[in-house]
Amino acid sequence: MYEWDFTAVIENSGLLWQGLLGTLAITGTALAFGLPLGLMLALSRLSPRKWLAWPAGFIIEFFRTTPPLVQLFWFFFALPILMDIQMTPYLAAAITFSIQSSAFFAEVFRAGIVSIERGQWEAARAIGMQRPQAMRRIILPQAVKRMIPAFTERSIELMKTTTLVATVSYADLLYQANELAQKTFRPIEVFTVTALIYFTVIFGLSLCVQAVERRLAVSGDSTVR
Amino acid sequence: MSQEPILTIRGLHKSFGDNHVLRGIDLDVQQGDCIAILGASGSGKSTFLRCLNFMEIPSDGAITHAGKTIGTERPGKPRVYSEDELTKVRQKVGMVFQQFNLFPHKTVLGNITEGLRIVQGKDKASSDARAREELARVGLAEKADEYPSRLSGGQKQRVAIARALALAPELMLFDEPTSALDPELVGEVLNVIRGIADEGRTMLLVTHEIGFAYHVANRVIFMADGIIQEEGPPEQVLKNPQNPLTQAFLARHKQFEF
Repeated sequence: MYEWDFTAVIENSGLLWQGLLGTLAITGTALAFGLPLGLMLALSRLSPRKWLAWPAGFIIEFFRTTPPLVQLFWFFFALPILMDIQMTPYLAAAITFSIQSSAFFAEVFRAGIVSIERGQWEAARAIGMQRPQAMRRIILPQAVKRMIPAFTERSIELMKTTTLVATVSYADLLYQANELAQKTFRPIEVFTVTALIYFTVIFGLSLCVQAVERRLAVSGDSTVR
Repeated sequence: MSQEPILTIRGLHKSFGDNHVLRGIDLDVQQGDCIAILGASGSGKSTFLRCLNFMEIPSDGAITHAGKTIGTERPGKPRVYSEDELTKVRQKVGMVFQQFNLFPHKTVLGNITEGLRIVQGKDKASSDARAREELARVGLAEKADEYPSRLSGGQKQRVAIARALALAPELMLFDEPTSALDPELVGEVLNVIRGIADEGRTMLLVTHEIGFAYHVANRVIFMADGIIQEEGPPEQVLKNPQNPLTQAFLARHKQFEF
């Protein structure tokens, strides 16, 4: 029978906290850049202008279909060699996950936008709005509301995918857990606690999103019934 | 004495792929006309109306608003229309849809002020005042702060009418405004439309309400197969139709009038 002993984990909990901060920093950066970039990609892909739509489509499909680990290695190892640019692990990870998540967010945005009834476009144009005005004032606010569940899902995926940054020695939660496990010879305890931290943070955040969704539901149509 | 028409339509065609929906429509609309457009579904009547504010871009022909022909002529090809030009035309042509198409994320007042503020650039105070004026006209002054989801179908359509009227259009288009309503709600919407017609506002109305067309319109158009089959004052077209297609259409509808 295995004897659980969390003493070593508790004594070194500072390491895990630092790791959590690292995870949150990289996830936060990816969200902060990935969301606006994703919106731009989605709007470009939906644009009637082919010279905007096609490159946007290519970027989205490329980053959706290649493994994030390959992208990360490419930015961290290949780019410095090819272009003589030195990157910190944080910068390489930030670039990778900003672009990678923007490709996924672009598809979430696009799905939300095309789900809005044609009549909404027509009503906006009938009162004399131009396409960008209609998009900004009428279509997007409704689309964003419908997107919240898919957006939450993608953000959770993003946070878990950032564990890959450990491979380029960025000190995220998983990296720190690994260090701690090797130092204390208590991998079972360390990884159990690590899983619980991920669970607590992600579950807590998704509860917050649900609360926001419920508040938005007050004004008319919504995704929460 | 006849004055310059406010709307002139010449040789209007519209195709969707191989489907030739409008096959050459000519019509002059005078200031103050209330024109009811009748026809079976598939006759092209809604498409015709939707071409007038360029919700559909005509495949051929010319539309002249207040003396100005819209679009640029190209030899041997359909006219081209710039987005800016169409945006300006649409501001002068109000449209009411069968499905209301209110903005669900905005209050009733917000629905009406949207065009005033964003398109016409008016400030909040004057937009609100203007919107409340129109809401009062359609009898919904007390609903200003509600969201559309809390309104009945008839109320939604009255808000949609107020939204269009707030922009002071020169021409109003109604695309089957009562077809999506429960029967008991049709009357309140028709009353509002009748009130607007009585003010002398120029309007075209696609409808299945033949009785309403008879009492309110000064001209009735019967469409079938993408063209105007018969046109004239309501007494003539509805009581003494000359075209066999009009006669058949009216005979079908009279079965349901008791």
